[in-house]
Amino acid sequence: MTKEELVAYLTGKFPEAEVKSGTQYAEMTVKAEDLHETAGQLKETPELSFDYVFCLTGVDYAENMGIIYHIESVEHRQVMVLKVRTADRLNPAIDTVSDVWITAKYHEREAYDLLGIHFNNHTDLRRLFLEDDWGFPLRKDYVDEIRIVER
Amino acid sequence: MSEIREVIIKTDKLATDKYQVNMGPQHPSTHGVLRLLVTLEGEKVLNVQPHSGYIHSGIEKMCEAITYPQIIHLTDRMDYLSAHMNNEAVALCVENALQVEVPDRVKYIRTIMDELARLASHQLWWCVFGMDLGALTTFFYGLRDREHILDIFEETCGARMTVSYSTPGGLMFDIHPNFQKRVKDFIKYFRTKLPEYDKLLSGNVILRERTEGIGHLSLKDAIDFGVTGPSGRASGFSSDVRKHNPYSAYPFVKFNEILDHRCDTLARYEVRILEMYESLNIIEQLIDNIPEGDYAVKMKGVLKLPEGEFYQRVETARGEFGVFIVSDGKKNPYRVKFRSPGFSNLFALNNMTKGHKIADLIAIMSTLDLIIPDIDR
Repeated sequence: MTKEELVAYLTGKFPEAEVKSGTQYAEMTVKAEDLHETAGQLKETPELSFDYVFCLTGVDYAENMGIIYHIESVEHRQVMVLKVRTADRLNPAIDTVSDVWITAKYHEREAYDLLGIHFNNHTDLRRLFLEDDWGFPLRKDYVDEIRIVER
Repeated sequence: MSEIREVIIKTDKLATDKYQVNMGPQHPSTHGVLRLLVTLEGEKVLNVQPHSGYIHSGIEKMCEAITYPQIIHLTDRMDYLSAHMNNEAVALCVENALQVEVPDRVKYIRTIMDELARLASHQLWWCVFGMDLGALTTFFYGLRDREHILDIFEETCGARMTVSYSTPGGLMFDIHPNFQKRVKDFIKYFRTKLPEYDKLLSGNVILRERTEGIGHLSLKDAIDFGVTGPSGRASGFSSDVRKHNPYSAYPFVKFNEILDHRCDTLARYEVRILEMYESLNIIEQLIDNIPEGDYAVKMKGVLKLPEGEFYQRVETARGEFGVFIVSDGKKNPYRVKFRSPGFSNLFALNNMTKGHKIADLIAIMSTLDLIIPDIDR
């Protein structure tokens, strides 16, 4: 499938989601409550079979938290971006996709560690790099007390 | 008879005793500060729990406060053996976002430097792999040859490891007048030395006994865990970014993606050895054909990326490296994420070592070729 065909296919298959094509990769934004089911379908549908997550990024937008999944289908060699936003910014929570894509388990731990995003049903949600009592440094309102980053 | 039975029952009891051992953070074979919490039963590994963060330096946070050309210098410090590829990833990402087309000369030089860095990295991997298995001689052979590449880097970039040579828009400076001659001399030299590696280690009975059938990582697991690079390709996972999403001068050269389907430690070893030959082939195709022209295009004094999200994938010596930039139109990024190959590779370790002996854990970890600052960032 070319990028345009993929966008058309995704629009048909997920009418609830918002699909964009003007960006570098095909982009699909889903509602937080649909995330887990959509992820499962993206992996299991033979025409899509997105089985390889090569990047998972948490972003602190001013009003909420966003999680961006870069996924690739090894069989079809196509790439897409799956996006989701949490409802709340201070106590963000989202369903885990680590049961769909195993590697997401560790990337989610990183997002939890640095941004404080809570992943529901995650089997091993612990801090990855920092101490338990450390703040969440990648949040925009993080106070850098020992001035690691000078502004 | 009854006495003998009693003894058997006793050894049985001994064997079921589980205990935990901390391997690292200062263990020599972790090649840095990685701590593994290993659950053992006798000598058998039951579970490996990696604890990272000992060298977490907040590079992603720092990037949010600095400009794009400054980020280049931080990427050197992540995977210091693939420093040039990391530089290139950021440079390409910024160039794509600004829709700047660099001259062919830049593309050729970048690709040659990529492959030199890959050779240097694989050489170092080879010498420490031998050393981890107890063969100290490899260390001297590998470092002897790596020195030639580092000298070339030093002459052209001014630094041996943290090269900071690619920059948005091209290169920091042109290649040294000696560059082509020295690279050609090195290729000639290394073509005679690389078969020595095979003679010294590859056919060794002890090496084969310790690697064949050890540390099995199936193709499905490699994809599930996102294990890329030579480690993934040894499981048959065709993940070479140079092939699938070619960048710089890779579209102009012919090379093979080395795939192996044996999935074990020996396969990962042999993929890397064969990749060294491929790197030599790539450099040979390019070194005589570096086009004349500028080594950089004129860029604005302050680079501001348009609002949006930009992703760039490159192939480092360890696997797929990615730079993801979220820009809000200012001179510094809103959010930068580095997808480091070592991060994903590390977490497949538990899956690969289960049921093997603790000595095999060292061998398996060594073939994953982990660089800890690359994982912790």
